[in-house]
Formats: sequence, structure tokens, C-alpha cells
Amino acid sequence: MPEVSMTVNGKPAKGQIEGRTLLVDFLRDTLGLTGTHVGCDTSQCGACVVHVDGRAVKACTMFAAEAEGAEVRTIEGMAEPDGTLHPIQQAFQDHHGLQCGFCTPGMVMSAAALLAENPTPSEAEIRDYLEGNICRCTGYHNIVKAILAASGQDVSRIAAE
Amino acid sequence: MPKDGGIGASTKRREDVRFLTGTGHYTDDINLRGQAHVHFLRSDVAHGRLNKVDTSAAEGMPGVLRVFTGADFADLGGLPCGWQVTDRFGQPMQEPRHPVLAHGKVRHVGDPIAAVVAETREQARDAAEAIVLDIEELPAVVDMKAALEDGAPKVHDDLTSNLCYDWGFVEENTAAVDEAFEKAAHVTTLELVNNRLVANPMEPRVALGDYNRSTGEHTLYTTSQNPHVIRLLMGAFVLGIPEHKLRVVAPDVGGGFGSKIYHYAEEAFCTFAAKALNRPVKWTSSRSEAFISDAHGRDHVTKIELALDAENNFTAIRTETYANMGAYLSTFAPSIPTWLHGTLMAGNYKTPHIYVNVKAVFTNTVPVDAYRGAGRPEATFQLERVIDKAAHELGVDPIALRRQNFITEFPYATPVAVEYDTGDYHATMDKLEEIADLKGFAARRKESEAKGKLRGLGINCYIEACGIAPSNLVGQLGARAGLYESATVRVNATGGITVMTGSHSHGQGHETSFAQVISEMIGIDADQVEIVHGDTANTPMGMGTYGSRSLAVGGSAMVRATEKIINKARKIAAHLMEAAEGDIELKDGRFSVAGTDKSVAWGDVTLAAYVPHNYPLAELEPGLEETAFYDPANFTYPAGAYAAEVEVDPETGKVTIERFAAADDFGNVVNPMIVSGQVHGGIAQGVGQALLEGCVYDEQGQLLTGSYMDYAMPRADDLPFFTVDHSCQTPCTHNPLGVKGCGEAGAIGSPPAVVNAVVDALRSGGHDITHIDMPLSPSRVWQAMQG
Ligand code: FES
Ligand code: FES
Repeated sequence: MPEVSMTVNGKPAKGQIEGRTLLVDFLRDTLGLTGTHVGCDTSQCGACVVHVDGRAVKACTMFAAEAEGAEVRTIEGMAEPDGTLHPIQQAFQDHHGLQCGFCTPGMVMSAAALLAENPTPSEAEIRDYLEGNICRCTGYHNIVKAILAASGQDVSRIAAE
Repeated sequence: MPKDGGIGASTKRREDVRFLTGTGHYTDDINLRGQAHVHFLRSDVAHGRLNKVDTSAAEGMPGVLRVFTGADFADLGGLPCGWQVTDRFGQPMQEPRHPVLAHGKVRHVGDPIAAVVAETREQARDAAEAIVLDIEELPAVVDMKAALEDGAPKVHDDLTSNLCYDWGFVEENTAAVDEAFEKAAHVTTLELVNNRLVANPMEPRVALGDYNRSTGEHTLYTTSQNPHVIRLLMGAFVLGIPEHKLRVVAPDVGGGFGSKIYHYAEEAFCTFAAKALNRPVKWTSSRSEAFISDAHGRDHVTKIELALDAENNFTAIRTETYANMGAYLSTFAPSIPTWLHGTLMAGNYKTPHIYVNVKAVFTNTVPVDAYRGAGRPEATFQLERVIDKAAHELGVDPIALRRQNFITEFPYATPVAVEYDTGDYHATMDKLEEIADLKGFAARRKESEAKGKLRGLGINCYIEACGIAPSNLVGQLGARAGLYESATVRVNATGGITVMTGSHSHGQGHETSFAQVISEMIGIDADQVEIVHGDTANTPMGMGTYGSRSLAVGGSAMVRATEKIINKARKIAAHLMEAAEGDIELKDGRFSVAGTDKSVAWGDVTLAAYVPHNYPLAELEPGLEETAFYDPANFTYPAGAYAAEVEVDPETGKVTIERFAAADDFGNVVNPMIVSGQVHGGIAQGVGQALLEGCVYDEQGQLLTGSYMDYAMPRADDLPFFTVDHSCQTPCTHNPLGVKGCGEAGAIGSPPAVVNAVVDALRSGGHDITHIDMPLSPSRVWQAMQG
């Protein structure tokens, strides 16, 4: 079996894989990074979103071998080593942007990619960007609100919690 | 001033930290040493005779440990149904056998035929492709009415027909209802479809079975809303494993919405195969498999008639519903169109005479069971749609017509056997008018029209029966289970508390809100309280979470157990302070003697309980741990009023939700932030049903909407921000917290609001439309506009 090596959350990572091994399976099964989730088999749900060389990627649509040599960042790499949450993570907690938590890693990674591209997105831009991330629990209200808040915008006018 | 702790505070959720950092512990995150993987070969025809399942080639494939077929399970029990409905004629429903793996026949696309266990997932999948099937395809029944025709192909050869039951409720009401219709000044009739949905929690189902040969103990890790129910059903009815040798663990579960209540074949298989192979056996559903193996929801076809007198008072309701059961009876399927639907047909209105008829039908489709709301959305939808239609026919304001017929005195016994303990429907309607800014609608409609869009306003009310359920009552109604809930409150020596609850959180935030309740009762910091759930090994027998029951029933059990704790702690405190027990007061985590400055801290008392040196050992056992089982006296009745404002593009038929407001009465509220979140999520699912979602089967029984490419899930850009309010509070009168439950309201209350709004929009454009069936896709709306 071929070997693949990459940097994951700042640390070197390598493992034996089959050619058909997906990046998401490599992360979950080989590296034990189970924060990245699998919610579908048609590249629709976004539960598996990670960053590869700074870009948001659905880890279920990429072979592990394609990430050879890449810098990969997963949800496990977002908080500070001392446990301090990333501002987006903190905003999700402050604004109740998650319920069951299953979509959450993908949502946070997508939101981080959005804010890197567009530091103060409008509500419509956020909703549009999240097209590829499905959440069944929250109705998106508090996710959109959390991302607005994480971008430093005033969310006090948005109704309810 | 918002509180910063205890009951009523929007405490941030403690469980969020693990979910946000990728350290949640979902079932698929569990891997056991030596585990093997199973792949299920599923039927790709809806109905057929299984002549031969040839596994010989598959058995020789790399990594394959064993291939199982229906024959391996022929001597074991089938998957049991937990509710027996009695029909109009006093006969029990027809109840077919539901084998773990199909045997003799396949009855829906997705019916598991064989299970390949191999070293890896890929090897199992590859080997499944080498199984040779000889299936004689039979004509499928998909349409419910066709399924009931004479000579229709039978889903189950050993049943007399495809009719599961023909249920009348209340049968004795029929004469009075018929008479009321004869005397009516006006009758409004509506035929409608409540579209079939797939629950689609984002976490697909997973089962991991393990067996310990030395102890004879089985463990099943599974994505369940109710691990004890699975233990009981699977242990007692399918595999014959006594409860003390079977542990069921449902760790973090990524959403359920009903679909993870039921006992599924894959759970029984993995438990069985782990022993047969002496290896842990794991199954992780793909999303495509979920579409054809998770129980579906809704799927009713209904004709409803509403009779009114000359003053527009509702005088009678009569309904006839066909409810799809699918190919087998899922765990609670028979109860949904009956006891969770017929009993709610009074809605918020004082209609004196009601009769509900439901025919439950077997078809060659995936089994149908409860999905968020379960029966109550179907009741609400038909009632609130027919009222809107009546208002239009009579030329009266739909809100005024509703208000005129509101129940205003409580308790109120409906003609469909339930008694609403409390409510104030005018209050929630008043609140709705305010938060939805109904006064501003006319101006907003003008703005939309200026853009070439049609704007509509849809209003409706809802009521639901939650806090499920009084055991003696549901027993009479056919439940084969009790519906109490349990809690053990364990106070540790240094004052911290561990609560073991039979409720299960799969997104509801119990770890936070349950701790708030304890914090309020004892006056200690919520951080000192840990909530444990989801493992039959360390929680008392509990019925789990569904039917918006966790706080109303599980929370009540926790309150009862905590009351016992406080009573005992008070005795210990009295002893420590040499005072009379009756003089002891508990406040802010301190016990004091009334009228003195003597006091002891909570921690002093808990320490004394476990280090009983100065302790009334003659009268009191040491230790501080109590269990309570709480069986509710009645259902709870959350209710509210919802408003949707939509824009319709007359060129394309596309509907957009411009505003959505919900005014709910949930009784007392423990964590308003969590409650709002529950309503948001429910509204999104209701809007999904109204505009986007729907299962489509073709005539051969092929599911055409079997993935997210074809089944339209609501996305962020399909929805607006919602305005939700739960300040109207008529506390439940019969549970200690006065809570009613909030988990399903949004999904129940929102579909009629959306459809009412679209019909209103189209009428404003001069289209004479009375109804469009959900989902209101652009093509359906466009076609309706073409007449
Ligand atoms: S798992 Fe990758 S998009 Fe769904
Ligand atoms: S929080 Fe459950 S799917 Fe988003």
C-alpha cells in the first residue's frame, strides 16, 4: 500500500493508504481525528469540510493521496493549544449556533474560509456561502448570527437568541 | 433583568465545547480492537420473491468472515412493533412479521437481504457485489388507495389484505357528527396530502456490536434516542438476551427527529453477529442507505370537512385519512395516525362534534413512523388549512374566525378524548400580531407588488400533546410500553452532583438545562452538576427522548429525586445544627435554622452523609442518592400562533419566505436560548416540508428521491431570520416544573402558515386557488397559476 504524508494541524502525519482512501477516512481512521464527519455520499452536506492549503475542501471528495505534502487543518486544529476557542468557535457557543454538533465542524471550517475571503460578509453572503453545508437542527438562524458576530458585526438587532 | 443561572437563564451550553473542538463522541467515532465491518446487500426491487441468495462466491472473497442471509434469522424473533391499535370493529390491527434479514420475499427497495462481514468496510462492500440473487419481481403497491382495492398485490401474503387497520375515533361520535353536518349552515371540504418526508438527522445511523465471551455480556453502541427501549425490544423480542447481559450505549447522537427512536434490523444484526463471529461488528450507514432504511415520516392522504353554523361557529369536523405504514410496522408506527393525530383534531377550537377515520395501509415502501411532530403536524395542517379555506369561502377574516372559535376555558375536555389543562390562545395570537407586525403587511405587500412579486400572509394556530405519556392511559390505547421517565440523583461527598437520566440528548442540550434545574433547586452552581445519559449500564430504566417529553417527564423525575435528596439533607442539617427539621430552610446552597443565624453549607451536609460520624444513624441511612420514576398524570399541551410571509415570483412560481414569526406558549421555560433554537430548527423542518422536501416513489416502488441530489433539504439560503417568542406562559398544571415541551412545535406549526401564505399570495394576484399540495415547488405553484 502506498504511503501518504502531509501536515495536519501543524504536525507531520503519514500513513499507509489504499489508492481509493478518501481524505476524510484517512483523517478519521488513520489519524483518529474524528472531529471531521461524514454526513452524505454525494458531496452535498459539508460535514467533512477541512482546509487544504488554506482552502475549504470537502474531505469526502478528495483522495488522501491528493493531499500529499499539503497543509491540512481540521476542526481539532482551530482552538489554541491551551483550549481557548477560536473566535468563530466562541461565537457559535455564544449564539447557540449548534445543537447536535454533527454539522458543526464543517460549519466552523466553512465559516473560517468565508471570513478569510470576506471579513465582513452580509447575511445574504453568509447564507449563500453555506449552500454546501447542511444543518438539520438549527434552522441556520443562529449559525448565520454567530458568523456575523464572529466577523465583528452587530447582531443585537437580530431577534431572539 | 435576564438571570445568569438557574431556571430561566440563557446559560451557554456546556456540551458545545466538545462539539466545537471536534472532540464529541459519536457512535462512528468508536472503534473496538479487532472489529469487523458489515455491509448489507439491499433489495433494489420493491416487491419480489427471493428464490435464491447464492453467497458462495462472496464467501471466498478477500477478508470475508461470513455472509449471513435471512435463513440465519429464521428461528429468531422479528423486529417487534410497540403499539397495537384496535380497529373500529374491536379487532386488533394486522401485524406482519418483520424479519431482521428478508426471508422469502423482499417488500421494499432497501429491504436487507444479506449481510457480509469482512475485515474492512471495502472488502465487505466488494464481496456483497458477488452475491447472486434470484428474485422473481412481483407487482408493487405504492399508492395507498390502489393497495386497498380488491385483487391488489399483497405486501404480506399471510395477511388478509393490505389494510393494517380501519380506525374510528370516536366511533360513538358518528351520529352526532352526521347530524351536525346535516344542520350546518356551511360546510367546507378539503382534500390534501401530507407529504412523505425523510428525517435526515445529519449523523447517519451506526451500530457496533460487541460480545464478551468470558462474561456472556453483549454491548451495542448505537445512534439511538432511547437506549433502554432498544435493550428491551432487541433483548426480549428479537435475540432473547436478558437485560442484565445486554448493555446499550447511545453516546453523542447527531440529531434524531424521531428516526432514531426505533429498533432497526442493523442493531439486531450487529449484536447477533458479534457473538456469532466473536468479533466486534460495525455498521455505518451511508446517506444513500439512510434514505432507504431509516423510517420515513408523514405520508397521509386526507379529506377533511368542517361544518359551521350561521354565526360561523364550528359545529363539527369529520375526517377520513389514509396513512401509509410502508412495508412493515416500524416500532411506533400504528400510534402515529391514531393516538397522536386523531386526539389532536380539536386543535385550539371548541368544536363540539368530531369524528376521525384512519385507514392504515401496507405498501411496498420504506416503513413510516414518527418524524418530528408525528401525527400532530398532520392534524394541524388539515385543520388549519380547512379553516383558512372556510374563512375565504365565507368572506371573513381568518384570524377573526379562529379567535371566535378559540377554547377559552380550562380545563377543556375535547370530543376526541383529551383534556387540555391550560392555555391562552388569544394571548399567543395577540403576541403574534405584534411580533409579526401584521399591521405593516399591507405596505409590505405593496412593496413586493412594485417589484412584480406577489406577497401573501399565512396565519395559523396549533396545539400539540407532549410530555408523552401517562402509562395507564397509553396502555389502554395499545402501547406495549410504559412512558414514564427516570432519574437517579447522586450527591457526592464533597457536594457535587451526578444525575443519571433516562432522557437522551441528541442536540437538545440537556447537559446544560437539566443542570440549571438542579442548580435552582439547591442553590449551588450548575458547574457542580453533571448530567449523564445514554448508557443502560449507568442510568435507570428510562424511555428516552421524543414527543417533546424530556423536561416535562424526565425533568420531572429529576425534580422528584432531587426533592427526596433535599428532604434527607434537611434531616441531616437539622441533626448537625441540633434544630427541628421543620425549622430548616434551604437557600443559596445553605441550610439555616429559621429565625437564627445558624447555618451549614450544602457541602457540610453532603460530607456528613458520607462520613457519618455526627449523624442520626439510628433513623437515617448514610449516603445521599435517590432515584425517582415519574409517570405523568396527563399530556402537556403547548400551543401557539404562527405567521409566514412569502413572496411568489409569478414568472417562475418560486416561493421565498420573507418573514416568519412564532408565538408559542411552552409554559415555564428553563433556558430561553435553547428553546428558541428548538423552535428555529422546527420551523426550518416545517418550511422544508412546505416548500422543498418530499419523497417520490415511482409506480414500481423505486425511490426517486434517494439522495441530497434529489431530496431537497432546506439550506441556509432558503430561510430568513425568524422572530420567535415564548413569553406567553400558562404553566402546565400537573408537572412540578410547569413545563410543556418545545421540541416539535416549530415543525407542527409552520407548514400550514406557509401554504396559507402562498394561497393568499396567489389570490392577491387574481388566481382563484384553494389549495396546492406540499411541497410547494416552483413547478407546482407555477402550474397552479396556470389554472
Ligand atoms: S460528507 Fe462530505 S459533503 Fe457530505
Ligand atoms: S447542529 Fe445538528 S446538524 Fe447542525
